[in-house]
Amino acid sequence: MPNLRVFPQNLPPIWLLKTCIHICSLLPLVYIYWFAIFDNVSADPVKEVIHFTGIGALNLLLISLIISPLARLIKQGKLINLRRVIGLYAFFYVSLHVLNFLFFEIQFDLSLFIEEIFDRPYITVGFVALIILTALAVTSINAIRKKMGINWQKLHNLTYLAAILVVVHFYWSVKLDLTSPLIYMVLLLILLYLRREKFRRWIN
Amino acid sequence: MLIKTSNTSALTENNVTDETLYLDRRQLLKKMGFLGAGALLTNQANAKGLDWFSSKKPTVFKTTPLNYISAEHSISDQVLTPENKVISHNNFYEFGTNKSDPINNAQSFKVNPWTLSISGEVNKPFTLSYDDLFKKYTIEERIYRFRCVEAWSMVIPWLGFSLSNIIKQADPTSKAKYVAFETLYDPKQMPGQRSSSLGGGIHYPYLEGLRIDEAMNPLTLMSVGLYGKTLPAQNGAPIRLIVPWKYGFKSIKSIVGIKLVEKKPPTTWNILASGEYGFYANVNPAVDHPRWSQASERQITSGGLFSRNRIKTLPFNGYEKEVAHLYKNMDLRKNF
Repeated sequence: MPNLRVFPQNLPPIWLLKTCIHICSLLPLVYIYWFAIFDNVSADPVKEVIHFTGIGALNLLLISLIISPLARLIKQGKLINLRRVIGLYAFFYVSLHVLNFLFFEIQFDLSLFIEEIFDRPYITVGFVALIILTALAVTSINAIRKKMGINWQKLHNLTYLAAILVVVHFYWSVKLDLTSPLIYMVLLLILLYLRREKFRRWIN
Repeated sequence: MLIKTSNTSALTENNVTDETLYLDRRQLLKKMGFLGAGALLTNQANAKGLDWFSSKKPTVFKTTPLNYISAEHSISDQVLTPENKVISHNNFYEFGTNKSDPINNAQSFKVNPWTLSISGEVNKPFTLSYDDLFKKYTIEERIYRFRCVEAWSMVIPWLGFSLSNIIKQADPTSKAKYVAFETLYDPKQMPGQRSSSLGGGIHYPYLEGLRIDEAMNPLTLMSVGLYGKTLPAQNGAPIRLIVPWKYGFKSIKSIVGIKLVEKKPPTTWNILASGEYGFYANVNPAVDHPRWSQASERQITSGGLFSRNRIKTLPFNGYEKEVAHLYKNMDLRKNF
């Protein structure tokens, strides 16, 4: 490995990085909901919050997948500590995304909600991702994690599947212009490629 | 907002607010202190407005008040969609695929001079100039429901005249079975036609079509204005079609050609995805779009996130009495 001096030898303390993550994840939400509630964001505040939380969730999910290759690259193992908080924010955004759909888009029509989950392939795919991410979020509690032992890692490898499903969900939901879902697809493929050794071990 | 029967002499809000002030309202808000946070989310086009150091004034598309009479075809039981939403939430891919793109990208659109030609299977082909559009026929105000195929809807006070006026004047031959419409093709003015990434990869010009009996139905409107004034560019200036019982994509904008033809004409969204968008595209709660339900819709009204605005979609968008007879003996599931 070349000596990567371009990166700082000493990272800012983890608590500071975590504070940044909290601010960067929460502040935009406060902003978008504030303006959406008072009808100041666009003609259709409902679409606005649905898309905002959806794209936000995808961004956070991909950022959580950057952490471990990055930690290896700059040889800063403690960066791994950031994965959980980013992953949990991804889950938080996904939950809001679904709740936005239920509360604001279809306005509590539960039978329509269930129909849509089963009838629309892109929503089915998104829903499977939601279930996976819920399982990962619940099992991120330390006590549960310890109890699960080796199974924990097995379960959390489903992150990759969830990320793929979320990108497919996005791609499928777009009406015409596929540019941005394709960009996300490429980013995801790069992140998966960085883990090719791991996947190869699974196969063998 | 209450619907009032229009009275041409009464002042309305748009008569008493200076238009440049109104069009500048977003900039005003920003200057009032939302700038810091707002800059995070504003899109590129809005960002142009933040360029305080350039002395160039942004071009603003001009709309002018029209004289009109109120017509019998208006609905009166619905709350109007506020004007600022009607003119800022548009699907007009020639000016970009985001709903907010058209208002940002169409401000310098030139509509005068304009030529609308009526041709094809007619005995008296003719053309209409820009001034003709507003002078040749009596302009009526018609408040119609507008239902987008994307399951949102608006209630809009259009100004215009029945398409049948034009068709009758052209005197169709017996071969005229369909009417084909065409939008202006002008890539210099329409960024979406220049770049396929901006225009969604559609093959332009945008094309639409109706069966002749649909076209002759009195509800079928050639609209030249809304909310008391000529159409804003982003709403399809200077003249557009409005077929209130069909999904919005049938209501083609900025029309330059109307051609009467013998065979069913090709239509843009049908070419793009024939499984999702049919030729008829009648609003039908019983036939879903493959990716979402058409049984209900969200009305775009004033009020933010918490406004309860989901309503059941009506067959033919509530115009069943007026148009259902056009489709007797037709399987509307197959002919969606």
